[in-house]
Amino acid sequence: MISVCFYFQVHQPFRLRPDYRYFNIGRDHDYEDDRANCHIMRKVADKCYLPTNRLMLDLIRKTDGRFRISYSITGTAIEQFRMYCPEVLDSFRALVDTGCVELIGETYYHSLAFLFSRPEFAEQVSLHQRTIEQEFGVRPTTFRNTELIYNNELAHEVERLGFDAVIAEGTERSLQWRSPNFVYQPAPCRKTKLLLKNYRLSDDLAFRFSDRNWAGWPLTADKFASWLHQIAGGGETVNLFMDYETFGEHQWEETGIFECMRHLPEAVLAHPDFRFHTPAEVARNHPPVAKLDVPFITSWADAERDVTAWLGNPMQDASAEAIYALEQAVKRSGDVQLIGTWRRLLTSDHFYYMCTKFFSDGDVHKYFNPYKTPYDAFVIYNNVLADLRDQLERKGLLELTADDHRKIAV
Amino acid sequence: MKILMFGWEFPPLISGGLGTACHGLTLGLSQQGVEIAFVLPRIDDPSEGQHVALIGANQVPVPKEPDIATHSLFKTIEIPSPLRPYETPESYRAAWEERVSVMIQPTDAEPRGLLEMGGDYSSDLFGEVHRYAIIGGRLGRLEPHDIVHAHDWMTFPAGIAAADVSGKPLVVHVHATEFDRSGEHVNQGIYDIERMGVHRADRVIAVSGRTRQTLIDRYGVDPDKVRVVHNAVSKDKRVDRSQIERPLKEKVVLFLGRVTMQKGPDYLRRGRGEARRVRNVRFVMAGSGDMLPRMIGARLSCITNHFHFTGFLKGEEVDRMFAQSDLYVFPSVSEPFGITPFEAIKHDVPVILSKQTGVAETLPNSVQVDFWDIDCLVDAIVELLTKQDKAQELVEQHRRDLEAVDWSRAAARVVEVYGEVIKS
Repeated sequence: MISVCFYFQVHQPFRLRPDYRYFNIGRDHDYEDDRANCHIMRKVADKCYLPTNRLMLDLIRKTDGRFRISYSITGTAIEQFRMYCPEVLDSFRALVDTGCVELIGETYYHSLAFLFSRPEFAEQVSLHQRTIEQEFGVRPTTFRNTELIYNNELAHEVERLGFDAVIAEGTERSLQWRSPNFVYQPAPCRKTKLLLKNYRLSDDLAFRFSDRNWAGWPLTADKFASWLHQIAGGGETVNLFMDYETFGEHQWEETGIFECMRHLPEAVLAHPDFRFHTPAEVARNHPPVAKLDVPFITSWADAERDVTAWLGNPMQDASAEAIYALEQAVKRSGDVQLIGTWRRLLTSDHFYYMCTKFFSDGDVHKYFNPYKTPYDAFVIYNNVLADLRDQLERKGLLELTADDHRKIAV
Repeated sequence: MKILMFGWEFPPLISGGLGTACHGLTLGLSQQGVEIAFVLPRIDDPSEGQHVALIGANQVPVPKEPDIATHSLFKTIEIPSPLRPYETPESYRAAWEERVSVMIQPTDAEPRGLLEMGGDYSSDLFGEVHRYAIIGGRLGRLEPHDIVHAHDWMTFPAGIAAADVSGKPLVVHVHATEFDRSGEHVNQGIYDIERMGVHRADRVIAVSGRTRQTLIDRYGVDPDKVRVVHNAVSKDKRVDRSQIERPLKEKVVLFLGRVTMQKGPDYLRRGRGEARRVRNVRFVMAGSGDMLPRMIGARLSCITNHFHFTGFLKGEEVDRMFAQSDLYVFPSVSEPFGITPFEAIKHDVPVILSKQTGVAETLPNSVQVDFWDIDCLVDAIVELLTKQDKAQELVEQHRRDLEAVDWSRAAARVVEVYGEVIKS
């Protein structure tokens, strides 16, 4: 039996006001672009979330629950669904209620906290778990870190937090000669299993689907199913992980992406050895074939599959260091709203907007960037940061530590 | 007296100090009864950029000062072109390519205005300068004038062409040389045009003694024909210091300008590192430019979080920034003139100037340091931030110096130069 495992990422950040200028610092604590956030959420709901959820629900019903999928929905997306289009939340609930849909755990704020602060990471994971339980009545047992940022340490931490499975990118760098189409176990783990994304087949749907210069174009359900079927005899699971916005937003409806998806379950199930499974089911059904040692960091972003989409240039590094440096002061305040504001600024998208790698994936970065240039993104983010800092200072919460003084002296 | 003047930008569409200087100077000249036809390459929007407009004085949208009497002597001629100051051939090419994608090429050969331009614009900066020169030649014939006056290298070929056609004297005005913009690595093509212009001219006006010396040393110009006319500043303020809200309690040290090698932002950044013994101060770097990423890379700025980057400021924001500042630092590596210290002084902000600036010649009582002397810069910053009376004294002195700075005085000097060329 070979598992076909779909996991879709659902995320929207709280974008900052592009008109938050230097002159706003110290007197204007309203940082977010509510209009743009509402507009984008409504647009994506109409083009993607609502129609795709309808389609998925149809498919589950038509196949009597043989079609099974999973989602990871960030806390910031859930908050914005509540505010701007609660009907999307209802449609996700209907999906979860079928029992054929698994919800995956992650950091509530889609943050890079794992790289900067372990306590903050654990708090965000638990906050997300509680939110998913409240909204959907299920408790996630599979974990995915922001943008599939992963290494041995992450797996170890995730096992400690009680997750049964963790998801990562199936890069050549970590797999070498091995295949992503098996279940592995992270090197430091005893219980938690590792599911790796088959990035070729995933990206055929997520990126290449509408590319007319691609040899695979046009991609039909039958053609894609036949590629999946080729795995028979050479693997036990094929993990198709992608942004949910692939449907209707990255690949517009006119490309035929919905039509392809509508016929895919039937085409896949035509082969008697193939079943759809959620990540938790894959982890349960297949024993790990080997331990996988990933001492370095991998992710699913850009051609580099590392963290250089969010960190590495001076603007990104400086901003990330500065915002995480406020952690103690913000938490000391005990002010729930202030802590929330700070945490929204940890969302990885803010650092993505400051990326200056335009060579291989510049178009992708540009598409998602609400600011004209990475420098604008940096200036706005740091204006907001300066105001937040000023608020803390006025409350007497900001004292330079000995470590800060050392850094200033360098 | 009628002047055919070639410029490259004019308010409200400006990207640097040149447009402001041309505006102030022409206003001063008009007040002295000089009649000016100002030729300008620019596009307001692509649809308008398809024809040449010859605009009479009664149609010119006059600048803010509603001085009808003087402005009736003044008219603007626009030529469709993407020409902008502070361009390199590379940045021009990029701007050009962006524009081509939105521009509809005219297919018919019908005349669209007084001058027929055609749609075949050159796609490189030098080609554009050449095209401007062709129009310069036409205007030399069509536009009656006594003197041709050209501002900076991109207009020199146009000025030369006009003067060649009409046989009238040529005055070239040097606001910056290639050595100011590029250090020792000059663009040979630009240098050659600059050299041609200053040699062909009957008189050369330099914006400072410093620039005059560069023209003599580096371009071999006859010292007898180079005159210095310092720039001035309009005394208008859009924002008043006493009325501005200052939400932050710390003192503000300001850098404002293009963040490029020429403007020396790195010396301020390093100065901030040294000046950490002063508490309760914020450093603000206002403006954008190619050195911004390197400035941001300076880690200390982010740890203290008292170093701000504002990005490009426009219009009233510039006045607000000055009005909120307690010290203006102008650390330019090489500045033919540099008008922003005047703006700071207008807002009662004490100024520290690099000695390598033309503006320093007009502010004899200012605090001046060598741009590379960080220790000296830091001492000056610390002194002016900590000694209130010293700062106040400097503000008063600046105010007196600024009284002598006036566009009508600058215009009178230019009229003297006009007198010299007409006589000879």
